[in-house]
Amino acid sequence: MLTFSSFSTSTFAQASGGNSLLVASLFVIAAFVLIWMIIRVADNLLHLEGKNQQVDHRGISLLPKLGSIFQPRVPEPIVNSGNPVHILKQGYDIPLEGVAPSTHKPEIAEVTRFALQPKNYVGMSPIPKLMVEVGDEVKAGQPVFYDKLQPEVLYVSPVSGEFIELKRAEKRSIAEIIILADKDQKYVELNAPELEYADTEEIRAFLKANGGWSFIRQRPFHVVPSSDDVPENIFISTFDTSPMAPDLNMVVNGNEAAFQKGLDVLGKLTEGDVYLGLDGRGPNLPAEAFQGASGVKKHWFIGKHPAGNVGIQIHHIKPLKAGSKVWTLDVQDVITIGNMWVQNKFVADRIIALNGAELKTPKIVQTKIGANIGELLKGNIKEGDQRMISGDILTGQQKNADNFLNISDTQISVIKEGHYLEPFGWLIPSVPKPSISKSFPSILNPDKYEVDTNTHGERRAFVVTGQYEEVLPVDTYPQALLKAILNNDFETMEGLGLHELVEEDVALCEFVCTSKMPVQKILRDGLEMMRAQS
Amino acid sequence: MGLLDLLKRIEPDKQKSPFLHTLYDGFYTFLYVPDHTTKKGGVHVRDGMDLKRTMIFVVLAMLSCYLFGMWNIGHQHFVALGVHDGYLDAFLMKLMFGLIKLLPVIVVSFAVGLGIEFYTASKKGHGIEEGYLVSGALIPLIMPPDLPIWMLVMAIVFAVVIGKEAFGGTGMNIWNIALLARVFVFFAYPTTISGDEVWVAGLDGINAGDAVNYGWWETGFFNSIFEAFGWVTFDPAATVADGYTGATPLSLAYQGGWESVTNTYSASQMWWGAIPGSIGETSKPLILLGALLLLLTRIASWRIMLGMFIGAAITAVGLNIWGASPFMDVPWYYHFYMGSFFFAMAFMATDPVTASATSTGKWIYGLFIGFLGMIIRVMNPAYPEGWMLAILLMNTFSALIDHYVYQANIKKRLQRA
Repeated sequence: MLTFSSFSTSTFAQASGGNSLLVASLFVIAAFVLIWMIIRVADNLLHLEGKNQQVDHRGISLLPKLGSIFQPRVPEPIVNSGNPVHILKQGYDIPLEGVAPSTHKPEIAEVTRFALQPKNYVGMSPIPKLMVEVGDEVKAGQPVFYDKLQPEVLYVSPVSGEFIELKRAEKRSIAEIIILADKDQKYVELNAPELEYADTEEIRAFLKANGGWSFIRQRPFHVVPSSDDVPENIFISTFDTSPMAPDLNMVVNGNEAAFQKGLDVLGKLTEGDVYLGLDGRGPNLPAEAFQGASGVKKHWFIGKHPAGNVGIQIHHIKPLKAGSKVWTLDVQDVITIGNMWVQNKFVADRIIALNGAELKTPKIVQTKIGANIGELLKGNIKEGDQRMISGDILTGQQKNADNFLNISDTQISVIKEGHYLEPFGWLIPSVPKPSISKSFPSILNPDKYEVDTNTHGERRAFVVTGQYEEVLPVDTYPQALLKAILNNDFETMEGLGLHELVEEDVALCEFVCTSKMPVQKILRDGLEMMRAQS
Repeated sequence: MGLLDLLKRIEPDKQKSPFLHTLYDGFYTFLYVPDHTTKKGGVHVRDGMDLKRTMIFVVLAMLSCYLFGMWNIGHQHFVALGVHDGYLDAFLMKLMFGLIKLLPVIVVSFAVGLGIEFYTASKKGHGIEEGYLVSGALIPLIMPPDLPIWMLVMAIVFAVVIGKEAFGGTGMNIWNIALLARVFVFFAYPTTISGDEVWVAGLDGINAGDAVNYGWWETGFFNSIFEAFGWVTFDPAATVADGYTGATPLSLAYQGGWESVTNTYSASQMWWGAIPGSIGETSKPLILLGALLLLLTRIASWRIMLGMFIGAAITAVGLNIWGASPFMDVPWYYHFYMGSFFFAMAFMATDPVTASATSTGKWIYGLFIGFLGMIIRVMNPAYPEGWMLAILLMNTFSALIDHYVYQANIKKRLQRA
């Protein structure tokens, strides 16, 4: 105490007994900071050594992760499975009315017309080369068109029947190749190469020639891979968190053999690994086909939408580096590829959810790729002004009854149009609207919403910050990324990870945006800029 | 439906009279949320929150400060005259006095600011944007009650035209608009905003014997109403009482430290707000209630508020240790009782456009505002209060802080490769 008080008398103008206490506490704080710095340096050395030894050192650290204290409890079976678990805090599940109830016996929809839509594929030339003419009979699995720039990749018909109509859009581009299905379906015999003996080149050639290749999507840009692209890894998400999406556990029920075969095929296509993203949200565990899949690496994900998006999962499993290529597929596409071996034919069956509060009975149906929407929804739509959407309400495309289901979509959503004026709606809401904001008193709000397409406000400049980060579980700054795209700033765009994202990943950011920005469109513009550059 | 038909009939033509059309559009969207639906290529459903609603919540959070401020203007006026000392004495008269002083400022603030915004919007061809709702509501709360109206107009024109429209309108400004208006008055007309006498309204001066300055509203309008009810009335012959200093707590603290402050005001009086000062800044509990509303609805960032508080607290503790002047010896927790710290924290610093955008940036931004504001307040004799300048200074650097946060993220991504 004596040394402290003499020290303080000489150093500080007005020394008093209280000052020595402050000086003492300053020394204690300095000691803590020194110890913390030593631990930080040791931790960095640990990571450096891990890098030298080629050991996976990402999960190990000397410093405790503060966030892990407040994480939700992970169920026992998931922890015991020994696979990595990722808990994603950001995200939002929109509570919606009109969700189709899950069923193990989906009704078989009576649809007669199916269409291939070249515009569903990013980067497809506007006028692909047709291999059949109007009036020809085609079989299910028969090649119908290909892109001039990638002539080895053939796109095949989902059904057998007569090619009845070719619908064109602006500048003679092909919009729909419409086929009237036969009562009894005829299939092309595929004769797939035996997996154990075939080499990669044979399998690749087989898939390209018989329509399997067209299901693969390459990241970045979400395009169909070129003929000679080789992926570093392949990622599949086994649960779909988009609003009102059908339960994939129900979808894979009865198709387990085809799914596993599909995984085996994909395993042969890459030097790296096939990763499965498993649903850890509970309360039930995923289907055995997913949990027990062999030859793949599994990762558990717990979180709200977009935790089920494969792009988000890639970011947490093995973040994409600039210049790398990885492939992603949907579960139903893997089943179709598997069936090319198991059933020796192109089985284009799809389980589709017909959703939305504007349907009389939301239900799950079984149909095929490219089914006609009017026929699927026949007799099921209520009276009123509605919007039919192929896909979910965040990323889907508006369609009318003459149009057809888009290639990767697994649901049709029918919601009310929002052509109404709301007096003082911004001050006293008279229509229940879903929102992540806590400014809408929850006592006045329903559990589930009947949403409509009203924008609830006009477009403004970027004002509010921190909103996008709340619903995007990716380590980046989405608002800065969008501003970089709007400014054509390539370095910042790439630096902030534009190549890791695709429209469906930022769709929720667009939903929550207070300024009503067209986030997905801006992102697609950025991706097109990057694609043109590479 | 009658109102809607009337509105549709009087809609001015967009080509022939763009200014009138923008004016019409502004009021139309004020009355009704428009019937726009989501377009092709994006989400089909949008969140219920929009910018108007965000802004109106900030204004709602300030309303209690307005009401208290109105009463406080009257209370300080009568304390200076030495009459109606009790808080509830002549309650209505104090409130009406405050209303007489405040209402012209509010009306002019919105009329001038919105007028400029309407004009610029019509020139650019788009609808009016809501940025001025909050700034217009903040400006009366930070001005002295007796500010000449023409000075107010000059300040608002400066703030809106040069501070906002020149940069591109709502969402593009670098500096906080309300603070720009105040800083304009501060530097262009310093005598109207510094010193102790400006914070008490309706007097010719604050020396003993100075006369009151009443207009028709006080002596004619309200006196007739009050006489009819038999209540206390305004007395045009009243003069400033002996021994009244009118000093604000900060100027007292500068002269003589905490003892000097507590000689004139009690700590609880300073906390609850019956002291001279800017209209909105004095009542700390009401400001904190407003801040709580903004935090619960997640409209204001808790990181900026907490960062500012921690920065100010650490700096005040540091100054306590140094103790070179009586002001530095004011215990660090009493610093928050004086001046406009909480008001600046809740409403000025948290403006999302001018603050940093990233979470890390918000912490750094808040900490530096706390640090700089406390330094300016305590160590600078020219400025009694430091928050306006600290916030404007950090507004200049908020984009730079964000830039380094983005660069760190970019480097981390490159190193992953």
